[in-house]
Amino acid sequence: MSRSERPPAAAGAGARRLTERAFRIRESGIIVVLIVFVAVTTSVQHRFLNTTNIQFILINTTVFALLALGETMVVISRNYDLSVGSVLGLSAYLSANLFGQHHGIPIVVVFLAGLGIGLACGLLNGIMVSAGRVPSLVVTLATLYIFRGVDILIVGGKEVVASSLPGAFLNIPRATVIGIPDLAIVIAAVIGIGAYYLRSFRSGRELYAIGSNPDAARLAGIPVGRRVFVAFTVSGAIAGVAGVLWAAQYGTIDSTAGTGYELQVVSAVVVGGVAIFGGSGSAVGAALGALLLNTISSALYVLGISPFWDQAIWGFLLILAITVDRFIAVRLAVALRLRGARGE
Amino acid sequence: MSDGAHRASAPRRRSALRGESGLHWRSALHWRSALRWETGLALVVVIIGIVGASVSPQFLTSNNLFNLGLSNGEIAIMTLPMTLIIISGEIDLSVASILGMSSALLGVLWSHHWPMLGIFFLVAVVGLAAGAVNGLLVTRFGLPSLAVTIGTLALYRGIATILLGPNTVANFPTTYTNLGVNAVPFTGNALTYSAALFIVLAVIFGVVLHATPFGRSLFAMGASAEAARFAGIRVKRIKTILFMVSGLVCSLAGVLWTFRLDTAVQNNGLGLELDVVAIVLLAGVSIFGGKGSIIGVVLAVLAFAGLQNALLLTNFNEEAAGIVTGALLLLSVFGRNAASLSGRLGKWLPERAGPAPGHPGADPSQIPPTGSTPP
Repeated sequence: MSRSERPPAAAGAGARRLTERAFRIRESGIIVVLIVFVAVTTSVQHRFLNTTNIQFILINTTVFALLALGETMVVISRNYDLSVGSVLGLSAYLSANLFGQHHGIPIVVVFLAGLGIGLACGLLNGIMVSAGRVPSLVVTLATLYIFRGVDILIVGGKEVVASSLPGAFLNIPRATVIGIPDLAIVIAAVIGIGAYYLRSFRSGRELYAIGSNPDAARLAGIPVGRRVFVAFTVSGAIAGVAGVLWAAQYGTIDSTAGTGYELQVVSAVVVGGVAIFGGSGSAVGAALGALLLNTISSALYVLGISPFWDQAIWGFLLILAITVDRFIAVRLAVALRLRGARGE
Repeated sequence: MSDGAHRASAPRRRSALRGESGLHWRSALHWRSALRWETGLALVVVIIGIVGASVSPQFLTSNNLFNLGLSNGEIAIMTLPMTLIIISGEIDLSVASILGMSSALLGVLWSHHWPMLGIFFLVAVVGLAAGAVNGLLVTRFGLPSLAVTIGTLALYRGIATILLGPNTVANFPTTYTNLGVNAVPFTGNALTYSAALFIVLAVIFGVVLHATPFGRSLFAMGASAEAARFAGIRVKRIKTILFMVSGLVCSLAGVLWTFRLDTAVQNNGLGLELDVVAIVLLAGVSIFGGKGSIIGVVLAVLAFAGLQNALLLTNFNEEAAGIVTGALLLLSVFGRNAASLSGRLGKWLPERAGPAPGHPGADPSQIPPTGSTPP
């Protein structure tokens, strides 16, 4: 077979395979770091790998992994949603407060209320970003303030306390199947669905196209505004549901719930291999990023290292992750160019 | 006033820098829309003053102006380097963490009985180093500043937390804490030291930004880093310098903050980066770089401080004042989009005839309002 006979489609498929392999390497990288971290921690402190602690880590990760799923959709399209922490706080209070206002209200209704609140916030973000053509960083920075401010005005100095919440609601994060928290299984399934959607659905793929090059995506006939709008709406809705889960997990909700989560979620997403300027990454990676960050916090605690080191290590990891990503991206670009040159 | 004069000469130099006479009218258009933005801001400031004074008789008293400077001085100071960084097309989200780290360092060293001058020196060096780390990661590693400074936001705050843990250091010498709570002499008790420092720094930053080749180069690299590099501007070096200046100024803000509250705790200034960015964007500085002015930032600081203060005097829930900040931010971007939209409609024909802008997409107001404009 002479080289000239090679159809261009094969070269394209090859490039895609290479890109996918790079993705996989990036994701397995997180898993390796995770395993190494767990192994080292366990060898020093055997208590680390007991059931309670694993359950604790998984439960703590659920809310972040869920938020990371929504954030991934937004970041892949080269946008940012900084308002997730505020949406979570607003939804956590308003939905949990329903239990006190309407005795015997079904838990499903409360979740739907949280979903609705998040959806409304997400719609607002989405409309302003896609119809108003305003950079999402600015819009969601503003709504971060506004949603939190509304939360503070509504909550005031009050708080929802655990005793006002039904036991079945508080048990949601605590129920387990053969030692694994139910909630973690459900969230893993949701993330799986999200990842499948992003990877295999047309509208999911289009988010990557938009993130890679918004102008080219528009010229290619992709409804950029509508896709970005949907991404923000979904991210808001997810943050709303995460707020209800947060309420179930902590029981006590005041107006500070979820403060500063936006940066933690963005950290998890970026550590998980989603490019901060869009166009690449996966929901599974983002969830793994959230798991890694939570595992590290827990490991530090178990090792007796002051939790005061948490933040510095998070920051360091984040910088390390983007440096590695940059390195991989440069290498990948070189490899693709070489391959392209060979293909001709 | 001198600021205004510098601004007036700015657009001409800008188009000269682009070296394309065909872009002259376009720069003039920018200049006019920028002028309108800052005039609008000035109006807002005046309205806030009038409304504030009518709602509360205390609003325009020297005592209240003093409080206003007291509670916003450090934020105001940090907006200046942020303005330069955003104009050059980058962002620094680690400012409040550098403030916190400097404050923690000051506290730790003071509790270890270091001499105050030595502490100042070390805090300044650490601030510079923190900025240098940001700058080198952004310029030499080619990493996006948004991601880098989210990382260092956590890292520097983390270092502050490691330094101080849950401890609080207080009882700084009154010579210094008095600087935080006393007024500058001969100003009728209206001007805090932090506010005075802001005024001095604003003049310096204004002159540098609007009247020096260095300042002009920031606009150029904000409009297009690539083009600026080809024009012989040392983009990487200049951006690194900007981040270092930001680090230094933020460490200064950290020292002021510590003395004003007479407390060093690890969470000093937590979350201020959002206020700082909000003020700079409210000032009309484009988030994509290449556009903005110091006079706008000064006005935005006044609007921000005045509004927060007016709300406080009307017994609005202080913590919920973020609603107003957020609304202002939204108004500012939507207002600007609407202005550029109407401006474009009026200038539709010349725009069509003119050459394509050098860097479409670098500026939100330059993106055509609809994708369906007929070719």
